[in-house]
Amino acid sequence: MQHLWLIPAFPLAGFLVNGIAGRRLPKPLVNTFAVGSVLLAFLWVLKVLAGLQPLEAAYTERYFTWIQSGFVNVGFDFMVDRLTAVMLLVVTGIGLLIHIYSIGYMAHEDGYSRFFAYLNLFMFFMLVLVLAANYLVLFIGWEGVGLCSYLLIGFYYLKKSATDAGKKAFVVNRVGDLGFSLGMFVTMLTFGSLDFATVFGKAQAEGAALNPQTITLICLLLLVGATGKSAQVPLYVWLPDAMEGPTPVSALIHAATMVTAGVYMVARSAPLYNLSPTALEVVAIVGLITAVMAATIGMTQYDIKKVFAYSTVSQLGYMFLGLGVGAYSAGVFHIMTHAFFKALLFLGAGSVIHALSGEQDLRMMGGLRSKIPVTFTVLLAAAVAIAGVPPFSGFHSKDAILLAAHAHAPWMFWVGVVTAAMTAFYVFRAIFLCFFGTYRGDAHPHESPLVMTLPLGVLALLSLAGGYFNVPHYLAPLFGGEHAPHDETLVAISVAAGLAGIGLSWLFYVAAPSLPERISSALGGVYRLVYNKYFVDEAYDALIVHPLRDGSRALLWGVMDARIVDGAVNGAGALARSIGSGLRMWQSGYIRRYAAWVVLGSAALVAVAAFWGGAR
Amino acid sequence: MNLLDIVLLTPAAGALIALVLPSDNPGLLRKFTLFVSLIVFLLSLALIAPVNAAPGRYAIESNAVWIEYPAIRYHVGVDGLSLWLIILSAFLTPICVLVSWKHIEDRVKEFHAFLLFLLFGVIGVFVALDLFLFFVFWEVSLVPMYFLIGIWGHDRRIYAAVKFFLYTMAGSAMMLAAMIWIYNRAGTFDLPLLLDMLRTRQLAFSAQEGFWLFLAFFIAFAIKVPLFPLHTWLPDAHGEAPTAGSVMLASVLLKLGTYGLVRVSLPLFPDAARDNAPWIIALAIAGIIYGALVAMVQPNMKRLVAYSSVSHLGFVVLGIFTFTQVGLDGAVYQMLNHGISTGALFILVGLLYERRHSLEIADYGGVGSVAPWLSTVFVITSLASIGLPLLNNFVGEFLVLQGAAQAKLLYAVLAGTGVILSAVYMLWLVQRAFYGPTPDAVKHHVTDMNGREWALVLPLVVMMVWMGVGPQTFLPSISAPNRQVLELVSGKPQIEKSAQEVAHVR
Repeated sequence: MQHLWLIPAFPLAGFLVNGIAGRRLPKPLVNTFAVGSVLLAFLWVLKVLAGLQPLEAAYTERYFTWIQSGFVNVGFDFMVDRLTAVMLLVVTGIGLLIHIYSIGYMAHEDGYSRFFAYLNLFMFFMLVLVLAANYLVLFIGWEGVGLCSYLLIGFYYLKKSATDAGKKAFVVNRVGDLGFSLGMFVTMLTFGSLDFATVFGKAQAEGAALNPQTITLICLLLLVGATGKSAQVPLYVWLPDAMEGPTPVSALIHAATMVTAGVYMVARSAPLYNLSPTALEVVAIVGLITAVMAATIGMTQYDIKKVFAYSTVSQLGYMFLGLGVGAYSAGVFHIMTHAFFKALLFLGAGSVIHALSGEQDLRMMGGLRSKIPVTFTVLLAAAVAIAGVPPFSGFHSKDAILLAAHAHAPWMFWVGVVTAAMTAFYVFRAIFLCFFGTYRGDAHPHESPLVMTLPLGVLALLSLAGGYFNVPHYLAPLFGGEHAPHDETLVAISVAAGLAGIGLSWLFYVAAPSLPERISSALGGVYRLVYNKYFVDEAYDALIVHPLRDGSRALLWGVMDARIVDGAVNGAGALARSIGSGLRMWQSGYIRRYAAWVVLGSAALVAVAAFWGGAR
Repeated sequence: MNLLDIVLLTPAAGALIALVLPSDNPGLLRKFTLFVSLIVFLLSLALIAPVNAAPGRYAIESNAVWIEYPAIRYHVGVDGLSLWLIILSAFLTPICVLVSWKHIEDRVKEFHAFLLFLLFGVIGVFVALDLFLFFVFWEVSLVPMYFLIGIWGHDRRIYAAVKFFLYTMAGSAMMLAAMIWIYNRAGTFDLPLLLDMLRTRQLAFSAQEGFWLFLAFFIAFAIKVPLFPLHTWLPDAHGEAPTAGSVMLASVLLKLGTYGLVRVSLPLFPDAARDNAPWIIALAIAGIIYGALVAMVQPNMKRLVAYSSVSHLGFVVLGIFTFTQVGLDGAVYQMLNHGISTGALFILVGLLYERRHSLEIADYGGVGSVAPWLSTVFVITSLASIGLPLLNNFVGEFLVLQGAAQAKLLYAVLAGTGVILSAVYMLWLVQRAFYGPTPDAVKHHVTDMNGREWALVLPLVVMMVWMGVGPQTFLPSISAPNRQVLELVSGKPQIEKSAQEVAHVR
């Protein structure tokens, strides 16, 4: 017994302590519980993994029966295999660094203990998500991280834009979750279980005997869930708005961990997806479309966090591309390297914002290289990593994906390469606008304290060297031999694309700063379309949100409820009254009128009887 | 006199005693009622062990002649289906006394007598096994609620009370007519006896007869549920009722309808139930979506919660008419869940009303800043209500939707949209009432919860978590009677697997 349950239990305890008593505790104690609980979780992960190596088969712990009814039997069970191991290390490791960083970043904010309580709660649910041994327990984590995302996006609850963004994130995710739920229902009906081992075991054993359409349906429904959580087309719209939350939240939840849950879930379901080439193709195409679309938007934004948010959407698209072409381990590899460099980009951006007392507009930055050198250095490390410059971490994982894409369909490779160039361009655009040229703002930039720069340093090292954790090799037993042939030419092409993006960015924002203006005005309508994010939010509002709200108010409540149903009810009341007064006429007391009624009544009876009899 | 009789009769005795207590001592009346209702609650807990020992049968039963001719019996019994509903009613009554502690100052004696009388009525419906007795308790539960709304309600209380009364009476009249018809055919009102006669073919309804009888019962139950489009009395009743009235109405009285469907309609008229399931499911799904959409645009908190009940109860009806073990278990479990979480919502809205004296959402805002714990509990309850895993409603909704998917995937797709919409209306309510800047009127009047308020809210929160994490406390005893209902409906024995057996294929 490895007591896997302790891993999420530590942060849960931290949540309970800080959530209940945090307001009355001194800050150092809040920090101790918040960071200490995650540290313990991290150490327990190391202990468990050390005890379970080489972890060739999945290790499962069953705790209790959660829901049993009819043919449904779901246990509260945890499981660790190599995929879980990678996720556990990423979640607790990055989570620990971000908790430490937050001590400095949040030092002067109201709601300090509330912030850490939510962050701990997030860790709890995220760990449940990756430890789950069946879909329904995974769904606990899935919904729970969504809840924490909602609470933390809306952390500044006095700001309407923040609470709006939180609500939007929750609701958009719920749309995806319906897909996920339906996927579970069909899985349950098909396999009689939601347990990973049972479902995948049956899928592999029965393979061809299963109805391929059912499998495709399950996979596509699960994918709908994944597009919500992992911000893919068409449900990505909540993630850019999620930047309303404090920056450590953007780094932890909306870059490094939670948003990769969809990628993880699809990779976890690989035995199902392998049975459905159609579903895999859809995964790859959704990923590609998202990658390209978000990258184009990222090139035009001026809010530093929005640039990185679209970058996250785009990079998640990359991961889905990897999954879709069957390179699951490459996709998971990219989860890890992306967690390193994107967490660093956000935390670095947070350090910049911190230095400028809250400024997020790239146009109000510039020349900060000498003023905040540590932040500059670490952001540069993250930038070269994401741009795919060898030998840094992003190069390794991105190459693994692109090579696999080429083996699957060369056009996917080429689209991926163009995206890689755009990625390098927008990241260095942010770097150049922020750190080069002259300072355009009026704050007094200052370097962040050690408690913030230390985690940045660790992440910088990971971003630079993390590519040498050979995740694809480690995961090979799980996903089988999926190695695309190594092709130096293709590698050279993708590296060249990244370098070209950096060079172009240098040209635009350092060498000839008037160029972007000229190009964007030359592009005119196209530029405005991209700058305004293709007006997708506006379209959703006009097509879905407003009709639902206004229609419900005017038609359903105003007409259906008030007029039709209640009209009928009140009408029945009025009818009863008028029948009553009508009946009074019968009892007028006049003998002659009674006689008339008798005659009329008899005639009617005879007529009815005759008609009835005749008709029969 | 066995335990069940005591559980049933104690509230009635309490109501009578309350009536003779001095009316110039409201404190005594409150304490007395709290004491009696707590006693009933504790006694009801004692029912668990015997029922769990034999959940599919009437573990405790009383059967005596009440009226010689026509043959009407005092026949009561408790099984796994009624057990938890009895406990729910007894659990909520002391909470209702506590929530009215400061709020009800007018005619305190009558108020508490009605509350105990109401408890008597609803427990009576849940235990009655004689159709006529069932009908009597059905009406008994109606009267106190009518007065609770009509006397202690808000401005339009008379309209709301009369609408509630007439709607329900219209249904009960049809139910009574159907019962008399059955009596004329069978010579008894006794439900187990009737089921026996049906099984042994001593009694059989023709298709047409079965349809009309089913319909008569169905309309009575559907009004109570309420099923779309018979729901329009509910927002008015809730909007005008005092807090305790809203809690009992939403948490218990609505369940009389869904309970009746499972206890009476399905076993007595299995063929008609099967034949009519498609349009009933259509109405249930329409209600899920419709209730949620209309809840979304309500400016008044209580009406918002009332419309959300229409949506939630749609899930219950959907689950019942899937005729699957999973769906039916989920439906019964969802009755309990809705009782806890919607009851809690009405209490919390009531606490806000006592402070700010308004139910309009627009009069609130920024409550989170001035009453953080009240807001926290409200958010937890909202999350329970919208079906977050590890909280109660999730389990019920999951099972209902799984059952719906088993019947037809499209049902789950359509009903599932209600889950999305529930997040929209609840989170929008939370945002408007609890987040944002705090207006002066809220700042000056809204305070956080006091000890008494904690005492009445905390048990509900505990139950939300318990029922979400440990549904196996409840589900096995619910499954057993449901299995028998399904056997009657499908005409075939249901495959029963022991938990251990199934655990292997988890």
